[in-house]
Amino acid sequence: MADFLEIDCKLEDIIPEKTLKTRTPQFKQTRTIRPAPPRYRNEISKYIILRNEERCIKCGQCVEMCPQGVHIKSPGYKYFAQPKSHLCFGPVCEKKGCYCITACPQGALRIQENPMMKSLGDYRWPAEMILATWKMAENGECPSEDYGYEFETGNSDGGFDRIRFKFPDRPPIELKEEEIDTSIELNRRHDGRARIRIDVPWYGGGMSFGSVSNTTQLSKARAAVAWNTFSCTGEGGFMERMRPYDDHMITQVATGLFGVREETIQRVPIVEFKYAQGAKPGLGGHLLGDKNTQAVAKMRETVIGISLFSPFPFHSVYSIEDHMKHIDWIKHINRRALISTKVSTPNDVDMVAVGSYSAGTHIIHLDGGYGGTGAAPDIAKKNIAMPIEYAIPRVHNFLVAEGARDQVTLVASGGIRNPYDVAKAIALGADGVVIGTMEMVALGCVRCNRCSTGRGCPRGIATTDKVLAAKIDLEWGAQRLINTYNAWRNEIVSILRRLGVRSVSELRGRSDLLMHLDYTNAVVEHEA
Amino acid sequence: MPEKYHIATKPVPPRRPRIGKYGIVDWREDCARCHNCVKKACVYDRHRDEIKYIRNLDSVDSLFFDCMGCFSCVQDCTKNLLCLSINPEYEKLGNSYWTPEIIQTTWAQAETAKIPVSGAGYGGKFSGYGFDSMWTDMSEIVRPTRDGIHGREYISSAVDIGHNSSFLVLNGDEVVSPLSPILSIPMPLVIDRIPDKYALPKLDAIIVETAVKTGLIALVDARKWPLTDVDADKYLPHIAFYFASDAAMLPEEILKKTRLAEIEDDRNVKSHIRELKKIHPGIVVAVRVELTAGGIQRAIDLADEDVEVIHIAADSNGQEIGSEHPMFIKDMIRKVHRSLIENGRRDDVTIIAGGGIALPEHMAKGVLCGADLVSIELPLLVGLECHLCHQCGDSHTCPAKIQEISLSYGVGRMTNLISAWHDQLIELMGAMGMRDARRLRGDVGRAMFFEQLEEEAFGRLFGNRLQA
Repeated sequence: MADFLEIDCKLEDIIPEKTLKTRTPQFKQTRTIRPAPPRYRNEISKYIILRNEERCIKCGQCVEMCPQGVHIKSPGYKYFAQPKSHLCFGPVCEKKGCYCITACPQGALRIQENPMMKSLGDYRWPAEMILATWKMAENGECPSEDYGYEFETGNSDGGFDRIRFKFPDRPPIELKEEEIDTSIELNRRHDGRARIRIDVPWYGGGMSFGSVSNTTQLSKARAAVAWNTFSCTGEGGFMERMRPYDDHMITQVATGLFGVREETIQRVPIVEFKYAQGAKPGLGGHLLGDKNTQAVAKMRETVIGISLFSPFPFHSVYSIEDHMKHIDWIKHINRRALISTKVSTPNDVDMVAVGSYSAGTHIIHLDGGYGGTGAAPDIAKKNIAMPIEYAIPRVHNFLVAEGARDQVTLVASGGIRNPYDVAKAIALGADGVVIGTMEMVALGCVRCNRCSTGRGCPRGIATTDKVLAAKIDLEWGAQRLINTYNAWRNEIVSILRRLGVRSVSELRGRSDLLMHLDYTNAVVEHEA
Repeated sequence: MPEKYHIATKPVPPRRPRIGKYGIVDWREDCARCHNCVKKACVYDRHRDEIKYIRNLDSVDSLFFDCMGCFSCVQDCTKNLLCLSINPEYEKLGNSYWTPEIIQTTWAQAETAKIPVSGAGYGGKFSGYGFDSMWTDMSEIVRPTRDGIHGREYISSAVDIGHNSSFLVLNGDEVVSPLSPILSIPMPLVIDRIPDKYALPKLDAIIVETAVKTGLIALVDARKWPLTDVDADKYLPHIAFYFASDAAMLPEEILKKTRLAEIEDDRNVKSHIRELKKIHPGIVVAVRVELTAGGIQRAIDLADEDVEVIHIAADSNGQEIGSEHPMFIKDMIRKVHRSLIENGRRDDVTIIAGGGIALPEHMAKGVLCGADLVSIELPLLVGLECHLCHQCGDSHTCPAKIQEISLSYGVGRMTNLISAWHDQLIELMGAMGMRDARRLRGDVGRAMFFEQLEEEAFGRLFGNRLQA
């Protein structure tokens, strides 16, 4: 049982007897890093090595020379096995004196950039960012610089992709990595409810059973347990098999109210109201009929095969006062729960945030216009509501001006792809972030955008098809996420150390540590 | 409940082989015949269905181009032989403005009439040129006066064309003030003439039939009348004749069956309008103003001269015509709109904006910028599988073989496309909390512009934005 739940009172005092009876022992998961190798036979690589078999004399010099083990010639075999191109550093080896291409006495080897790098990913998630995330998921560390992956920014030409940290030559204070604190507090209201602190400045975003598979949801939940953070049920209800993860789950109350019951609200430490989603603001959730399988329909109490479109908005909420009634309703049903309010980013997002704070929410969750989704109209993804990079400073500054900033936790999502985005979001004014797409990529997503229809994700991640979902083993999936979380945390610690900042909390609002490539950067106003 | 605007649609499959974004290339002749790709990897059964594709020589390439780009076969191939590449045919589609993505999504909508829906978040550029540098707003919690609360079925996409009286003079129950003719169409869209370089005679009948099916109005060059195979009584209410300066006037019995006409802008505009109104007092007359260097001012001047409808038209890429540093249609609409407001003339005139309207969001954004409605032409042509390759002169070189299309195919595809656009307009209006397309006009409070957001969010943090 998580310690934070019993700080102020005992569970039996605040959880109704019936719900307490159904409570199951909570799952234990260590954050040990173990290799979680790719699950496909051929890993996609930045470079490909081509061997001219007619020229090659099988001398094995390439095998001996390559520190990465790209070339393989097993004892007793005459021919080489396929090269492990995904381990190849490429031309950088020339400087290191281990470049197989020039070292081959017969000139039998040739290297070229993989043409598939052009077809993998997109502007926001370019191929190198995907490959780097896969490396993190495999080993728990950011890929070595030798790989030359440019994963810190994408190619969208705006927002986070044009913002950089102003790293000093030497940090103003020398910090050891173990002195740096990456935890954040989720309840700043001092209202007698649990003082929940998570060890990393992010938690997992809502992905319903229906949009993703059971295995994907459980993998996310296990990673949340390992890193003492949270995962979210999404809109599709709270599966029975999630019970051992209750203490690290956020249950979502969205406009469709699928699977929302008093009992599911009472089980968790955080309840999230989803007013809107960044990928489709103002439209409500979409689950197309093909993915509404028997299991999904049962969970959502709907008819199999029917497309499910949640309404927008909550038809019981047309004002902040109505919103307050909603919050009071949840607070009454679950007397220990923190309340998170997830909104997208309209022009008046600052007003919405302050209104939600005054209504009693603990966490304001901004989901930017470029956020992830299992299915959304293309017209909505691109055109409605502002990107998160604009919304964070707007809301942060408004909360500061209203004197409310230190009583509420501000988290942001919708385009957080790597640890640099996390740090930039925090420096712009967020306390932490919510992630989603990164977890999918860590599990092997190639961003082919096919999660919406038919059997769903051909990679077995965002699918409810049993055959496809079986492509992912739960242990493997959980380990991939645990590893990626570790890589992200290490990179954030490294960023803070280089900046001479002791904690993530100290980084909040430090936009003076940022620069924008499209601006003069001559005027820097520090909003603490 | 009043009758709702509804466009009847049914799928109209493409005639030509599909051109997909991806292609699977087998790049070494070393296949182990293990059938991993066939039996296991491809969840879409593309490899398994190879024989179906091979039966039709025209579409044999479709096997590769129907690829969904999931990399499963590439990554599971026993011998690592497969490579997923971008289809060069796909990359050749359109031009820098009419991108392959726009062409492909238009094809899909013309085929299915459905709103394109996909998984995963937006993967494109953060912002961009023209309409890509603005976002529509949406309604969250704190707008109790929003009017989209009753659901999408109550959203009206209808707009009016003509001079709206700002007040009425009554004598008892009788209206004594003169009322200008006005017409309503069910969505903020008119079908413009296809540019000459793309025009084919058979397209006219298709476009007019599409206008009838969708309840819209199509502009038709008066010099082309009478069109062949067209039932005048049925079609004339959906035709707006375009009169070039040198065009002869049409017979009264033809003109009187139309509701809207458009004339070329020249010195004799006022007399042309008088001539048309004399023949048919109930007709609404628009003046087409090409957006050249003086186009914006000319539009403003025409409004001052009491012209009731002004159709401003940029080039097909939405750019100012003939300028070295052209403005984009979005900015030109805003200039015209703002000037008309400043002059107190905005409600006296209807602004139709055309050129560069390539996607349904452009329709909504054009209206948000200040147009009452927009005009389109190329999207309908693209809906017929056109590649916008500009090789229309010789029918043998047209990759879409548009000369061979049937009426039912053409009308079906165009109708599907307009229906999909209408549904997407409703999506955007629903998100904005807007219940009436008339109220969308110029409501920049429901729009967010790149320059403004950058200044507000980053100006105070990073100083001045560098000029590109």
